[in-house]
Amino acid sequence: MSSPSIDRATFAELEQTTGPDFAVELVDTFLAEAPAMLADLRRALAAGDADAFRRTAHSLKSNGNTFGASTFAALARGLELGGMAPVQTAAGKPLDALDAEYARVASALTELTRD
Amino acid sequence: MTETFRGAARLLVVDDNKVNRLLLSRSLESMGHRVAMAENGRVALATLRQDGYDLVLLDIEMPEMDGFQVLEQIRGDLQLRDVPVLVTSSVEGLDNVVRCIELGAEDYLPKPVNAVLLKARVGACLEKKRLRDQQKELVRRFAAPEVAQDLQSSGFALGGKRVQGSVLFSDIRGFTSLAETQPPEETIELLNTYYTLMFDAIGGHGGIVSQIAGDGLMAIFGAPLPLPHHCDAAVRTALEMIELIRLFDAEQAAAGKPAIRIGIGIASGDMVAGYTGTNERATYTCIGDTVNLASRLEQHTKEAGRAILIDAATRAGVRAAVAVEALGAVTVRGKAQAVDVFAVVSEV
Repeated sequence: MSSPSIDRATFAELEQTTGPDFAVELVDTFLAEAPAMLADLRRALAAGDADAFRRTAHSLKSNGNTFGASTFAALARGLELGGMAPVQTAAGKPLDALDAEYARVASALTELTRD
Repeated sequence: MTETFRGAARLLVVDDNKVNRLLLSRSLESMGHRVAMAENGRVALATLRQDGYDLVLLDIEMPEMDGFQVLEQIRGDLQLRDVPVLVTSSVEGLDNVVRCIELGAEDYLPKPVNAVLLKARVGACLEKKRLRDQQKELVRRFAAPEVAQDLQSSGFALGGKRVQGSVLFSDIRGFTSLAETQPPEETIELLNTYYTLMFDAIGGHGGIVSQIAGDGLMAIFGAPLPLPHHCDAAVRTALEMIELIRLFDAEQAAAGKPAIRIGIGIASGDMVAGYTGTNERATYTCIGDTVNLASRLEQHTKEAGRAILIDAATRAGVRAAVAVEALGAVTVRGKAQAVDVFAVVSEV
């Protein structure tokens, strides 16, 4: 683990503005929604649907930024702006990287909200 | 108190991402507003058309209908175009921000939205909306709905266009002495009742009230929207006004209050319709010879001892079954040449 998956300062700020209870609710919502969105990315790639691919990547980036998941957001941003072609060239590797980073983010968020 | 907008406003949050939707709604609710949510542009438009909202917070990247399309639809919809829209998005590129503003968005807030910035922007938008609503209400109260609509759809510009129409002037006979015999409060009340009745008669026949001054009013038939049978409409309005005054007088008499009489002048033909005045204060009205003649005819009702006087053009244009009496050529005030004048006696 080279860098923390969640930027603590950003997350603390979120908790402060929304209240800790609501932050937990937001995290739960993200953890419930994100796996389907990650699956949507792969589906869009397979179907060659560039719009859906960009939109889903955009949405994941946006959520990543909200929780302070900087690496995750940066990976999603790369997909949003880079489009499907580089992912196809790299045989889907960038999606694997995003999935792996999501796993780190999910466990970090779960830990943070369990306190 | 730094918050200029008073009371809870109704806000609509449009975002396809649930986390974003919840987060934004929560922030807005904590400011004391009532928030509804929509998950895409199509649902948002349906919601907006169903209920009134004070402000929309709109995401750009959405399935089915994106934020740009929503902005276009809102701008093209007379009912929705006054609802301010704040775009909240993490779409990148200045061109996208510019496009939002060009499409009518009030402002652009990058996501994740900063809470302090959000509060300031929402407050400013709501205050602007409140002022605009107030202005619209003023226009509605002091101008005919057709004019307000015309103003909204084609914007405001001084200057006029040539139209064919009829102009009606009416005035309460002996109003000054009437006003002197009763307390001002009663005069105001009488005027209000009088105007309510007259506005009703005018609007009911497709006319608009262009000006009111004291006890007199000016109505236009044929502008801002063309009216095919404007002569008929004006004459029928005049007859209805007389009938309404008759009913009003019966009520006045029953209450032991003085009766009123009105005089009406109508002229038809070419005129220039549009906004006159300055950019700060303007009235929608008509000007031209036709308008002057209608006003003179109204003044002439006193001397002629008739309630309704019309000019030859109106006479020629009337298809309705009304009894009209030719009074011959009359020299009216302000006119060098004598004009043919007709008295409308009654409906046949």
